[in-house]
Amino acid sequence: MQRIGQISFQAREGTTRRRTLLSYGQTAGGQLVGYATLFLVAVVSLLPLLWMVSTSLKEFGREFLFPPQWIPNPVVFGNYITAFETSNLARYFGNTLMIAVLATLGTVLSSSLVAFGFARLEFFGKRVLFIILLSTLMLPGIVTLVPTFVLFKTLGWIDTPLPLIVPWWFGGGAFGGAFFVFLIRQFMLQLPRELDEAALVDGASYFRIYWRIMLPLSKPALAASAIFSFIHHWNDFLNPLIFLNSEEWRTLALYLRFFLYTEAGGGAGLTRWNLMMAASVVMLIPVLVIFFSAQRYFIRGVALTGIAGR
Amino acid sequence: MPGRVASRAAPLRRDPPVRTGLRSIRWRRHLIGYLFISPWIAGFALFTAFPMIYSLFLSFTKYDLLGPPEFVGFSNFERMVSDHLFLTALGNTAFYTLLAVPIQLLLALFMALLLNQKLRGINVFRTALYLPTVTPTVAFVVLFVYMYNPEFGIFNAILGWFGIPKQGWLTDPNLAKPAFIIMSLWHVGGQMVIFLAGLQAVPETLVEAASIDGAGKLRRFWHVTMPMISPVIFFNLVLGIIGSFQVFATAYIATNGGPKHATLFYVLWMYRHAFENFRMGYAATLGWVLLGVILVFTLIQFAVSRRWVYYEGEGA
Repeated sequence: MQRIGQISFQAREGTTRRRTLLSYGQTAGGQLVGYATLFLVAVVSLLPLLWMVSTSLKEFGREFLFPPQWIPNPVVFGNYITAFETSNLARYFGNTLMIAVLATLGTVLSSSLVAFGFARLEFFGKRVLFIILLSTLMLPGIVTLVPTFVLFKTLGWIDTPLPLIVPWWFGGGAFGGAFFVFLIRQFMLQLPRELDEAALVDGASYFRIYWRIMLPLSKPALAASAIFSFIHHWNDFLNPLIFLNSEEWRTLALYLRFFLYTEAGGGAGLTRWNLMMAASVVMLIPVLVIFFSAQRYFIRGVALTGIAGR
Repeated sequence: MPGRVASRAAPLRRDPPVRTGLRSIRWRRHLIGYLFISPWIAGFALFTAFPMIYSLFLSFTKYDLLGPPEFVGFSNFERMVSDHLFLTALGNTAFYTLLAVPIQLLLALFMALLLNQKLRGINVFRTALYLPTVTPTVAFVVLFVYMYNPEFGIFNAILGWFGIPKQGWLTDPNLAKPAFIIMSLWHVGGQMVIFLAGLQAVPETLVEAASIDGAGKLRRFWHVTMPMISPVIFFNLVLGIIGSFQVFATAYIATNGGPKHATLFYVLWMYRHAFENFRMGYAATLGWVLLGVILVFTLIQFAVSRRWVYYEGEGA
């Protein structure tokens, strides 16, 4: 467990130093090869997403052509309107947004509290508790699937958004949540201690130090956590699948799957792929907006903890 | 300690008030510490520790959510061993994991090396390579179901350029798992960024020194860069395997375990028992067994890592 922590530290330090291997003695020809390879890989990487957008703009029927029509002709923007008109897409969008925002809010607030405790305060068993926290990162979450379902069923929370939100207000106690505590703590550890010591001498309470000094200074880590958390909840499929079953609370992820199997009817052959892809693009847009507006926090965040947002 | 100092300063006076005062201040600090981490303690107890213990208990019961759990001893385990789908599901998952993770890591490392070049506009490429990773799983799987379509999918169109006949990617039992592995290769952005951070942490002086000693590009990579990033490789490997063993959404959405159980992955199988047939006790057993399998894999990796993972400052 300690080793995992150590690696992450190395990874974090890495972000400040830019040292390359391939660039050594790189000639103009080498650069050209570099660009060409990068370009090729980038095209392959983006191909599925481009295909998604292209299909979403196709006239009905043209998505079944073979060989495929790469660029839609005619371009039918109306597919997006149809996608909203023929389903409760707006509602599913709202459900997903509400769950993702509330879960993210809880994650950032409660994880930062816990992170402050582990970064700045001394208490008995801190080391052991932190190792336990880290080891939950490596536990396969699948083992708690059945018992948490039973727990929430007993509480009467099935088919409400509560199981998808409430656990995230418990400072990373829910499965996978420790990741955020770890990320924020790593960041807080590198903030100068003089700041809170000075405030302490001035008579500030620990909570005040947390709220007025540490939180504002930890913005990059909080932003990274918020982005990871939002995208995680926005994209989540398994948990909504298990805890939600009525149409009322359906999320976008559930809807897309539902669409694939039922709405279009008659199996994959008759699926209205253009509408399906339009709905997928609708689901993708918030993620892209967040990704592009906060990219530097995002990439730094991955490097900061050395853990990918799964 | 402070108590002793106090008593030396005033040998005739007893000093319990000072001592308890100091102690209570120290206690207060501990208490504040616990207060700050209390959300995690409560959350850990409620949503991790309790479910795990409860799940262990359930694994010895028969429980359909209607009546109370009924104790059945080891019969869930016996049932699992004689279940003909147990080995199928575990085998499919192990096959997928042991093939997908190394390929994913190689690709991620390759892309990280590409992105580690000092080139203008490298950030644009970094975005392009990372972007597919943030795509919602469901949207991504649905898209691939379309792209893998035997009649009009673009995978077959691309094969057609090379004169290869149309394939039933998700309907041919021999192709379904490879098709899933190919799909997973668009989601390696996380590993890629971690590799990139690792590469950027390799001290320039080391590479320079090797260069002066006459080591070529390949040797520098193999003898300097690889050992330096071995902890990062190890990290990605361990977490990659843990994640891959739990593969679920892709199979549930794309094939629902078919064709001929070729993509019946362990968690999908477990999901069916739990949430389609409501065999909670049996599903809990399956969950614990998977935990055990993953644990064994992880421990093996930690044991083997001593031979190939190099930690700086660990006396080498």
